[in-house]
Amino acid sequence: MPHRDVMHGSRAVAEAVRLCDVKVVAAYPITPQTHIVEDIAEMVANGELDAEYIMVESEHSAMSACIGASATGARSFTATASQGLALMHEVLWIASGLRLPIVMVNANRALSAPINIWNDQSDSIAERDSGWIQIYVETAQEALDSVIQAYRIAEDAEVLLPAMVCMDGFVLTHTVEPVEVPDREQVREYLPELRMPHTLDPENPVTMGSLGDPNYYMECRKQQELAMERALEVARRADEEFRRVFGRGYGVVEEYNMEDAEVVLVTMGSVAGTIKDTIDMLGDESVGLLRLRLFRPFPKEAVRRALANAKVVNVIEKDVSIGMGEGALMTELKSVLYGSDIKVLGTVAGLGGRDITTEHIRQAVERAQRALRGERVDEVAWAGLKEEAV
Amino acid sequence: MRVAVDIPSYVRCRHVCGASLAASRCYKFGRLVKEVSDEELFASGHRGCAGCGCTIAMRLALKVAGRNVIVTHATGCMEVISSPYPETAWRVPWIHVAFENSAAVASGVEAALKALGKRHVKVIAFGGDGGTVDIGFQALSGALERGHDFVYICYDNEAYMNTGIQRSGATPYGAATTTSPPGRESFGNRTFKKDMPRIVAAHGIPYVATASVAFPLDYMEKVRKALETEGPAYVHVHASCTPGWGIPSEKSIEVARLAVDSGMWILYELENGRGRVTYKPPEKRPVKEYLRMQKRFRHLTDEHIEVLQRYVDERWDEVFGEDEE
Repeated sequence: MPHRDVMHGSRAVAEAVRLCDVKVVAAYPITPQTHIVEDIAEMVANGELDAEYIMVESEHSAMSACIGASATGARSFTATASQGLALMHEVLWIASGLRLPIVMVNANRALSAPINIWNDQSDSIAERDSGWIQIYVETAQEALDSVIQAYRIAEDAEVLLPAMVCMDGFVLTHTVEPVEVPDREQVREYLPELRMPHTLDPENPVTMGSLGDPNYYMECRKQQELAMERALEVARRADEEFRRVFGRGYGVVEEYNMEDAEVVLVTMGSVAGTIKDTIDMLGDESVGLLRLRLFRPFPKEAVRRALANAKVVNVIEKDVSIGMGEGALMTELKSVLYGSDIKVLGTVAGLGGRDITTEHIRQAVERAQRALRGERVDEVAWAGLKEEAV
Repeated sequence: MRVAVDIPSYVRCRHVCGASLAASRCYKFGRLVKEVSDEELFASGHRGCAGCGCTIAMRLALKVAGRNVIVTHATGCMEVISSPYPETAWRVPWIHVAFENSAAVASGVEAALKALGKRHVKVIAFGGDGGTVDIGFQALSGALERGHDFVYICYDNEAYMNTGIQRSGATPYGAATTTSPPGRESFGNRTFKKDMPRIVAAHGIPYVATASVAFPLDYMEKVRKALETEGPAYVHVHASCTPGWGIPSEKSIEVARLAVDSGMWILYELENGRGRVTYKPPEKRPVKEYLRMQKRFRHLTDEHIEVLQRYVDERWDEVFGEDEE
C-alpha cells in the first residue's frame, strides 16, 4: 500500500531507487548529494534493497561503473552534484553515446571557483549537450516520482538514453516535506524489468564502444538526436500513465495562472514554489508561470503552445553563460520563440545559493510589466546582486 | 582438448631441466596446455603492426580465458586496432569506454554479474602502460582495494604508442620518446620505470605477476592463475612495440626475451604476498646487448648505459640473490 510520510527530498530519492529495484548503485559522496547515497547504503545494509553497492573512489569511476553495469544488463543508479558532475563530464557523453539507460540524480550545486556548496543549476545546465535526458523537479514528491518515470523513459526501446533528475541542492535535498511513497507492486507494474536489445553476454558476444571513424560518427549522433526527439513523446506518455496508476502527474511543462497571462515567468526547479506564492500574493490574472520540467529533450511545441497569448516573458534561472551575458534557458527560449512577437527578458538569480525572495520575483514581474507598457528595461537583471561589491 | 596451434607440442623446457618433453607432460605447464582453448577469440585481420607484442598478449590471455568472459578495455593502441566499426577482432563480449577507467568499468560489470546471478562469468580489464600506471592509476587502485573479482592485465610497451611514442611513467631510463627526446641538454627519459607491480602488490591483493610475451607459457599460466583467483588479480605483461622501440618486426620476440635475460624485466609472481621468481635466465646477458637492438636507446653513451647496468644489477642481486632455484 502507498503510505504518506514526512521526509527529506534525499530520502524520497532513495525510496524511489528502492521501489525501482535498482541492481547496481555506484556512489561517491559530495555535498549536498550525500543523504541520497547514505540512505541507499542503509537500505542495502538492512536488506530492503537487493543491490550491489559500489563505493567508488571518484565520480568519474561512479559513472564508469554504472556504464559497465548497465552494459551488462543491470538497472543502475548514481547521484552526484557540481564538481562531481563536472568530473563525470567525459563519461556522461559515453553513457549516452553507448545508449545506456542509466538514471542519475544531480543535487544541483554551484561550480567552483570560488568553492561553494550551495544551490544553483550551472552544473547540470553545463551538461545540456551531453545527450542525457534532463528533468528538473520542484518538490520532494516530484523527485521521487521523476526517478521512477526517468527509468521508464530511459529504458523505453524507442529511447535508450540516460536520464538525469535534477533537484535543487539543500532546497529540496535537505528539506522535509510530506511525501507519498507508492506501493512497490504498483511501481513494478508501471516499470517492467529492464530488457535491453544488446548486453555484454558471453552467449551472444558484442563489441561496445568501437572506434567510429568519419564514415560512421555522424550517423551515431543523429540516431541520438532522433532518440531524444522520441523521448519527448515517451516522457509525455510516461507521465500520463503515471497519473493513471498513481493519481498524480506533472506534464513535460507546468502552467500556473496562465489562462489570461500576458506576463509570464519561465523557470525550472524549486524556485517555482516561490514564484507561485508571489503570483498568489499579487492576485493578478495577467501574470503567469511556465515551469519547464523537461529541459532535454526541450519541449519546444509545449512551450510555444503555453506562451501563445503571452506578451512578455521573464526567464528566472540559476545559471549564467559567462560571455553571453544571460542564462542558457533564456537563450534557448529566444531560439524557440524566434519569429514571434514575444519579448524575452532574463533574470539571473540564486547563484551560489543566494536567496531568491518574493521581492526579487515581484521586481522581475514589474520589469516585464514595464516592458509590456513599452518602457525601456534591462534585458537581463541579476536579482539580489550587491552592485557595490562588483 | 587439442593443443593450440601456436603452442608447439614439444617445448624446450628451460625452466626446469632443459630437456625436450611433451608439453602436456611438463609438470609446470602441462595442465595449461591441456586446458587451453584452441579457438582464436582474438581474431586475425586486426590492424596491429606486424610483430606487435601487445596483440600477442591479448590473444594468449583470451586463449586461457575461453568464451566465458567479459573484457573491458582502456583507450589505446589495442582498442583502436581491434575495434574500428564495423569490424571487430573480439569474439567475446567487449567494451571500451575511456582511457582511464577500464578498471572502474570492470567493477561495474563484475557488480552487475553478481547482481544478476551470473558469477560464473569472468571479467578481464585490459589497459596499456599509460592507461594503467598514469591516467588509470586511481581507478585501478580503487577497484583493487574494493576487492572486485576480476583480472587486470596491463600490457606494457613502455610509452604512449597510440599517440606517437610519448613518454609514460613506465618508460625506462634513457629511452628516447617524442616527449623525452635526446638533445644537447638531454639524454632521453630521465626517470626509471615506475614499479607498478610492487605498487599493486601493496594493495594486498591475492595475486600479482609480471610476465613477458616472449615467455608465452609462463604468461598464460599466470593468466590462468589470475582467473582462478577469487578477488582481484593483476598481471603486468612486458610487450614489445616495433615502431615505439625501433626494432624490426621479426626481432620483436627476441628483444622481449633479451629484456628478461638481461634483467631489465624480471618474471615473478606473488601469491597471497608470497613471492616466487618464475624464470631465472640461465646466463645474465649485459644490458648493452638489449639496448643495442633498439633505436630508442641508440643515442646512449657508455656512461648512461653504466647507470642502467648498475640499476639492473641491484635488482638482479635483490631478486636472484635470495632465490633458491
